[in-house]
Amino acid sequence: MIISIASGKGGTGKTTVSTNLAMAIGSDVQLLDCDVEEPNSHLFIKPVFETTIKVTTPVPEIDKKKCNLCGKCDEICQFKAIILIAGTTVMTFPEMCHSCGGCEKVCPEGAIKETTRELGVIQKGSRDGIEFVHGKLRIGEAMSPPLIEKVRSFAKSDKFTIIDAPPGTSCPVIAAMKGVDFVLLVTEPTPFGLHDLELAVGAVKILNIPCGLVINRSDIGDDKVKDFAKKEGLPVLLEIPFDRKIVEVCSRGDMIVENIPEFKEIFLTLYDNIKKIAN
Amino acid sequence: MKELIVISGKGGTGKTSLMAAFAYLAKNKVLCDADVDAADLYLITDPDIIEKHDFQSGHSAVINKDKCTECGLCIDLCKWEAISETFEVNSIECEGCGVCVYFCPEKAIDFPLNTCGEWYVSDTRFGPLVHARLGIAEENSGRLVALVRQEAKKLAEEKGLDLILTDGPPGIGCPVIASIGGASAVLVVTEPSVSGKHDMQRVVQLANHFKVPTFLCVNKFDINQNLTDEIEKFAKDKGLTCLGHIPFDQNFTKAMVQGQTIFEYNSDSLAGQAIRKIWKSLLETWPK
Repeated sequence: MIISIASGKGGTGKTTVSTNLAMAIGSDVQLLDCDVEEPNSHLFIKPVFETTIKVTTPVPEIDKKKCNLCGKCDEICQFKAIILIAGTTVMTFPEMCHSCGGCEKVCPEGAIKETTRELGVIQKGSRDGIEFVHGKLRIGEAMSPPLIEKVRSFAKSDKFTIIDAPPGTSCPVIAAMKGVDFVLLVTEPTPFGLHDLELAVGAVKILNIPCGLVINRSDIGDDKVKDFAKKEGLPVLLEIPFDRKIVEVCSRGDMIVENIPEFKEIFLTLYDNIKKIAN
Repeated sequence: MKELIVISGKGGTGKTSLMAAFAYLAKNKVLCDADVDAADLYLITDPDIIEKHDFQSGHSAVINKDKCTECGLCIDLCKWEAISETFEVNSIECEGCGVCVYFCPEKAIDFPLNTCGEWYVSDTRFGPLVHARLGIAEENSGRLVALVRQEAKKLAEEKGLDLILTDGPPGIGCPVIASIGGASAVLVVTEPSVSGKHDMQRVVQLANHFKVPTFLCVNKFDINQNLTDEIEKFAKDKGLTCLGHIPFDQNFTKAMVQGQTIFEYNSDSLAGQAIRKIWKSLLETWPK
């Protein structure tokens, strides 16, 4: 089974829930941190990393000797990654390239060959019974979805796999949610939390995936998130009240399940409820 | 004209609440919400929308069944496996590269322009606001960010305003890169947690990469004084100006629930006092 933990709004507690859930389960569990722009799960799990893999994407390179300046590559490229300037020079902008391969296919002279752009790295490791994988987007790289997909390629069907998703509702989040068995949305009962939750629920609906909520800091704001959950028929699987002790534990990179004993049982109940709904 | 972008790396450090507080303090400015994925500034600024425009960007492939001979070339060519065995294009998977459109021997694939969101020019009690809403699950957020920034600049020029305050998105990817390129300065709002510090360092590197002058401030500093000290030392070592720190204060949440800035909710709160100091220090430090 594979689940995504997402949120819409940032800073609601996705990583806290992902890491503590993985830690409570303890064995036959995988944690894939797909928030590749700002991966944080490793700061809590503290895995021993065994391998680091560089991830690249193909981009074009022009053989100027073969190029006859026909401009077909410029015509097919939708992303302004290859441009014929004033009919005299073809230039490539590798950072704009989406790696569709169109220019290479359309070139009648075979003047375009493949080179690569680095997207970032993937690191694999483990701690006790938890298999851990995360991606780290290269600073300056704009496109995270291909790296997210690469992290997801390490998912194993015989494990319980948890994806820590990025915030937002656009392409990186979709890349981290599509095709999973269940989405757990972590929110907070504030106007910002509710607004972004509504968007996240919209995204989950488009993908047609069952979902449930965790309301973090459940006593800080108002009741509108609960009213929304009721109206939408979304199960609230866990409420975590605000507690300065939790905030301090998390700020140090420590695990709630190891520092506040009753939470191990709370996260295991969450695990059981997720399995019930997803099956 | 100056443009300040508030970013954070990590989400939920208080960008939008701080931006709303700045909106209250700053004079002669245009506000801009560049977090188009999850645009929340309007929840506090309560805008009257004056102009509403569609945001169109990118194309999607659509197979015309009347012309399609089901030769399968498009399925072979598509790098995103967006075309099914029954020749339907999955619009979520389609990258809009147009390779199938170009090579289809029957010219059976249409390639309409996508409408992927809306952008607005509004009036608020703090002055004009340019904001947007990206459609759920849409792409091209970077282009929409670039658009709202450009429109905010145009508006500031028209109205003779000399400051643009922009609420940026979390992360370090496409929308953040679009938010900070060419800005006068960025203000990184972080928090004293291992995640806050880690993400702040990555977003500071990004700002350096694009050579944008960087200010820093620490929100909820008293949650973990040791990490606050480490973050402020990092700023000093990197030659960044740390404008100050803000205590953890539940007045932020209470103000947000009322749709108010922290100053409107409680003008004497500890966090409010800290933000006044940060604003003053920003104005004094910012190179003329």
